[in-house]
Order: sequence, then structure tokens, then C-alpha cells
Amino acid sequence: MEALKQELKEKIIAVLNLEDVQPSDISNTDALFGDGLGLDSIDALELIVLLDKDYGIKLTDPKEGKNIFQSIDTMAAYVEANRTK
Amino acid sequence: MNRGIAITGMGIISAIGNNVDENFRALTNSDKGISRTDNIDTIHKDEIMFGEIKKSNDDLASELGLAADHNFTRTALLGAFAARQAVANAGISNMSEYKTGLINSTSVGGMDTTEKHYYEYFENPDTIKFISAHDGGDTSQKIAEIIGLEGFVTTISTACSSAANAIMLGARMIKAGKLDRVIVGGTDGLAKFTINGFKTLMILTDTYNTPFDNDRKGLNLGEAAAFLVLESDKIVEKEGKKVLARITGYANANDAFHQTASSENGEGAFLAMQKAFKVANLDPTQIDYINMHGTATPNNDLSEGRAVARVYEGKDVPDFSSTKAFTGHTLAAAAAIEAVYSVLAIQNGVVYPNLNFTTKMAEFDLVPQTELKHKNIDHVLSNSFGFGGNCSTVIFSKN
Amino acid sequence: MAKTYINGIGCVSAQATTAGFPSEFTIDENANFLELVKPDYKEYFSPIASRRMAKGVKNGIVASTLAMRESGVENLDAIITGTGMGCIEDSDKFLKAIIDNNEQFLTPTSFIQSTHNTVASTIAINLGCKAYNFTYVNGAVSFESALVDAKLQFDADEVSNVLVGGIDEMTEYTKSLFKLAGFIKPDDSGPHDVLGSKTKATIFSEGATFFMLSDTKSESTYAELLDIETINKVGVDAVAHKAIEFLQANNLTQHDIDAVVLGFDGDVEFDEYYKELAREFAFTPQIFYKHVSGEYNTASAFGLYVGANVLKNQEVPQQLKINAVEKPSYHKILLYNQYRGIDHSFTLISI
Repeated sequence: MEALKQELKEKIIAVLNLEDVQPSDISNTDALFGDGLGLDSIDALELIVLLDKDYGIKLTDPKEGKNIFQSIDTMAAYVEANRTK
Repeated sequence: MNRGIAITGMGIISAIGNNVDENFRALTNSDKGISRTDNIDTIHKDEIMFGEIKKSNDDLASELGLAADHNFTRTALLGAFAARQAVANAGISNMSEYKTGLINSTSVGGMDTTEKHYYEYFENPDTIKFISAHDGGDTSQKIAEIIGLEGFVTTISTACSSAANAIMLGARMIKAGKLDRVIVGGTDGLAKFTINGFKTLMILTDTYNTPFDNDRKGLNLGEAAAFLVLESDKIVEKEGKKVLARITGYANANDAFHQTASSENGEGAFLAMQKAFKVANLDPTQIDYINMHGTATPNNDLSEGRAVARVYEGKDVPDFSSTKAFTGHTLAAAAAIEAVYSVLAIQNGVVYPNLNFTTKMAEFDLVPQTELKHKNIDHVLSNSFGFGGNCSTVIFSKN
Repeated sequence: MAKTYINGIGCVSAQATTAGFPSEFTIDENANFLELVKPDYKEYFSPIASRRMAKGVKNGIVASTLAMRESGVENLDAIITGTGMGCIEDSDKFLKAIIDNNEQFLTPTSFIQSTHNTVASTIAINLGCKAYNFTYVNGAVSFESALVDAKLQFDADEVSNVLVGGIDEMTEYTKSLFKLAGFIKPDDSGPHDVLGSKTKATIFSEGATFFMLSDTKSESTYAELLDIETINKVGVDAVAHKAIEFLQANNLTQHDIDAVVLGFDGDVEFDEYYKELAREFAFTPQIFYKHVSGEYNTASAFGLYVGANVLKNQEVPQQLKINAVEKPSYHKILLYNQYRGIDHSFTLISI
């Protein structure tokens, strides 16, 4: 699980082009959106494609992303439970 | 009310008709133009539907009398087709008789052709001629060429509000005496670029779009072109021209909120409508029909509805509908085709039905007009909003 | 009817223009593409804020920030931009992704950012500016269309401060297409003489130039913008006549003009337009600039930047002189530009 969390952090930094942000700057419990890392609805759509492409998880309603992408912890738990690759 | 700028001609091609009459007939017969695609080779063709014009590029080129080696893109073909109609409808025979301009608008210009030949350019010398047809300006040059116009030609590209802004600039240039006559409107052909773009935003419905419905799932992309001819009162009087309607109000404001999403309370839309009333010197209650932007995306309809509710706080909201259920969302051309529909609403005294509506939205008490309604219409307000928070309102009035 | 003053300019280009108007320009006669002198973007926005910005958007933000800073204006009544090709970095990126991945696994960012009005809307979002926001996309008169619009609003006394800019960016793939189509001179075909060219095509570049236009004169004023006219098509034989007509419409004759700024870009196929005007204004100081800025659809905004600086400094930089004619002082400058025989523009500025 810890390895998956680290992997997710690295992927988020890469797909969202977060220059100058290190994986260690993102805590497992911090909010990714809003006040936390400051991500927004477009970033959420990027993360939805990340889930599809790298873990074989298809979300059809962007609203589902809200709960999944609360933090690295929630995202990792969802990926672990639903991944098909 | 200010006197406004005279509209003396209109031309249109959309999924519900190849001219003004066909469009009006479809609107009053509730004939929607949403279908599976025949012309576009996309892997999504079985999942989504479009407001597609069934004429092929070859059909359009031959109707325009183009040589076989032409380099018109679909966007240019549609634009030239509609602009030529508008010019004929206004009875213009000598384009250079007055100081005449063309203000076109498009969102992706020649992308429909670029995406077909993108890698092919280096292998097939016959395709090289399309490299220069990619940009929006080329589209307008082609239209100017077809209608024989030399002079002021420009193109506005503010995404889905583009044509409203073209109409606005045209009206302002006539008002200022910079032009005597101006052809204004917009054109956009369907392209895999925009289909996939809107798909990534997850705002395409897998069925027919349902504006202002609580269970709306998103938009159908469409393609269209439409143009209006605006003329100074000097020409109108001198030539005894028939005035179809007048443009009395217009405004553009920015939501300054987000690149694609509209703000929760529809601030930009609210400001655009308020400013347009001021320009027209009309009270909101004088509006008889609102042609909404109403794309049927969750975000747009909520934001626009809230803005309208704010404008009419404590007052009755006029009859309103979105015609996107007929045509799909035709991007840069949307405000141009809806300008034609607004003028027709005034001329014929009709409010078009908002098709596919069943359930009122939970967030507010707004119910669109769902049946065709006949009544006198003096003023129509038309909204159009685009990416980048671009919000525009145009008000059309009876002559 | 309010006047229109240029009270601030910001320019990102193939020259070191973010530091002010250069006293010396870098000239590379062998290049067919002039590389951008990249500003230190971190001075203008954080990496998080710029995570979605392509080069053109970044340059637009830098140039607009510099123009506003110089003028001291913080509240805008309109933001109007022009761009010939739009945000092609993102548009290329999204199109490539569509084709290469057969319409699968696409993400929205490059699609969103590919919209032509991205620069104007990003400026609005950054400033929280809810005012009028337009973008023109019409080849070589994209920037001039923005100027026409702004001037219309000043003339009608509707605005006090308007930010106007021209932005174009280039990508490697579009560059290769432009070489294929014969718009950019072939690689290794130099040295190029922009004034005396014997070959087709031009030397290209990219850039962003913004102007803060205001209805009142200030300490930072460069010039007054008197008039702009654009014509989509005109024959070589009629262009000088059009220039004279334009001056007449402003109650001027060619003798009132102290310098002309001509958009010579080294394309022998269309240089006749400039040569025609050069002959008409043979006794007027003549200025060229595309050998230092390169050609792009909004390079004429760089031309206006040069013209405005000549009026402010009362001096024509040696490297930009076409002829040896000089004037004791410079009051009125006429600018003329066209690209590939279409999209002609005349711009008139004065002190």
C-alpha cells in the first residue's frame, strides 16, 4: 500500500505537470483539492484518465471523483479495491 | 429604447435545415436534427449523437461552384454557404457600393481538414494546399472571396460565444459610422478535435440533450453556419430596404472564474445581461422571449438559470427555451443561428419549444416553454457563453 | 471623443525586450527561425499556477504584466487580444494524442488550453477582471483587429484603460509544416537579406507584445494611437493609393509623416507591396524590424512597439534603418504590414 501511495504521488506530479513539487511534499491525508494541494475540476478529469489508463478503472460520472480523490489515502484505497491491471 | 441597428438579411445552414425557411419549419414542427454521424469517422460514433449537417463537403463545394482543386475546409464551406444566402436575402448586388465589412467567427477554423491530413502532408503533395487553410482567418478570407468582399474582414474566436461577439462588433461599427454595411456571423464544422475535446470534459450526453432538465447529462455537438446582414439607417432609407428586426442591446462580460466552468451564481452571464439592458435602454420585464444558451450540461444550465433568476428576482421570468435540443451545440456558430431564430421569433410571433424537457431542476423554479407558443414578440434576449468565462448577450427588437 | 494613448508596453520576443527597448539588436542572418529570448517565468507566476500554461500563454502573461506595470494601471475596462494561429502548442498536442492513441485515453487540459482566447481569459482570471474580453484570429490583422476594437471604445468614450496584445507561438511540427508549405525558408539556405531577398518564404519566430491603452496622457506615454485600417485584399498597384487615402481620412498628407515602419519579411513573392510604399515614401525615414523580430501573424505588434519607441526616444536605431533619410524630430509615424499578399494594415501613431 505504501508503495502504491508513493507511485500515485509520482504519477500525479507527472500528469498534472506540478513542477517543483516533490512526492514528499504531499502527505497521505492532505486534501488534494481546494485548500490542500490546490487542484481543481480539470485536474480531477486528468486523474480520472490516469485511473483508466494505468489501473483499468473506468469512471463515467465525474462526480464520483470527488470522494475518490479526497486524499492520497482515499485514492490508494480505491485503486487497491478496484484495479483491473 | 434605442433605435438599434437594422438587420436586412439572413442566411443559415444547420442540422435542421439548409436555409431560413427549413430551419423555421423544423423549429415550429419540433423536428430535431440530432442523429448518428454519417460524415465523421470517429470511434465514438455508436456512443454519441450529433447535430450533423448531412451535406458532404463535395455537395457543398459543388453548390458553391468551387473548382475541384479548392482548399476550402468544412468550416469555410458552411460559412460561405450561409453568408452567400444572407447577402442574397439582403438583396445586395454590388458589394463595393457601400463600405462593407465581414466579421466572421469560428472556434477551430480548418481543424476538420487539418486532422484528416496531419501526418499525410509529408507523403501526399496534394494535401499541402490545406496547410494554409487551418487558421480562423483563412476561413473568413474564403467567405469574403465567395461573396466578393474586399475591405474590413476580421474573425472573432472566443469559443462558444464567438458569433454573439461578431454581431456585437458589427453593430458597434455601424453605430460608429466605421462601416455602412456588415455581414456578421459564425461557422464551425464538426471535427474529431472538438468531439474528443468535449468528451474528455465528460459533458457529452449519450442520448438526446435535455436543456434545463434535472437529469440532463450533457450536450450533443453540432455544426452550423449563419450570417446576418446589418445596414446603416442611411442605406435602409435610401434603398427602402425591408428591416427584418433590429439589434438594440449587446454586451460581453467575463466570469473571471475558471477556464471552462461557469461560476455557481453565473456572475458573468448576469453582468452581460445587465449591460445589454442598459445599452438597449430596456427594462428586463420588456423581454418577451429568452433564447437561452442552454447547452444541457449540468454546469451551464445551473449557472445560466441562476443568472436569469437573479436578473428577474421578484419578477416574472419571460418565456424561455434553449434550441440546442434541435441543433446540438454548434460552438462558434451557436449565437449566429440563434440570432436567426430570434429574428424569426419576432417576425412570426413564436416561442420555440424546449424539447426533451421532463423534470424541473431542483435548484430553482424555472420551467422552460415546452410547447410552441404564439404571441406578440417585441424583444428577444439571446445568451451565449464560452470557455474562458466569455459571456455575451444580444437583444433583438421588432423594427 | 476620447483620445487613445499608449501608456505601457510589454514585449517578449526573439530580442531581450523584457528588459526594455534594446539599444542593440541581435541579428542572425543565417537563421530561418529566430529563437525566443525566454523570460524568467518564475518572476511572474508560480510553477503551480503555470502548470497548464503553454509557451504562448506564459509569454502573454509576462508581456501583459510588463505593460500594466509600466503604465501603473490596475483596473481594466477591456482585455482584447489577437493571435493568428492561436494556442498551437496545445492544439498540436491534443490533435497528436487523438491520432496517435486512436481517440482513447485523452485528457482535457490541452483541449481546454488550445482555445484561441486562452491568453485573454487567463489574464482576466488572474486579475479577477470581469470586463469585456475579446480575441481576434485573423492572420496578419489579428492584432490590428484588436486595436480597431479598442479604438472604437475609446472613440465612444466607453473606456479609460484597455489592455491590447498580440500573441503567437510556434511548435516544431507546425514549423515543419510551414517549411513544407513554403512559408518558412529552407534550413541552411542563409544568409538571408530581409530587404534584398531573392527567395520566397520568410524567417519566422514567435512572441507576445502587449500595450496598455489609456484615455489620458501620463509620464509613461509613448504615443497617441490615431487610427488603424485593415484591408483583406488589395493589389500591389493600389497599395500606395490606399496609404494616401488612409492619411487623407486623418487630414494628413504624406509630407506630415516623419517615418514609415514597413513589415519587410524577406519573401520576394510579396515584397513588392513594401517596395511600392518605400518608393511612395522615398523621402521619409524608413524602418524595418522583422529581421530582428522574425515573421509571425502578430509580428506587427512588435512593429508598433518599435514605432512607439522611436517617438518616445526621438531616434531610429541604426540597425532598423532602411534608408539614410533622417528627421530632426519624429511626430507622426505610419506603419504598414501585410502577410503573403493579404491582411494589409495601416496604423498611425503620433506624439
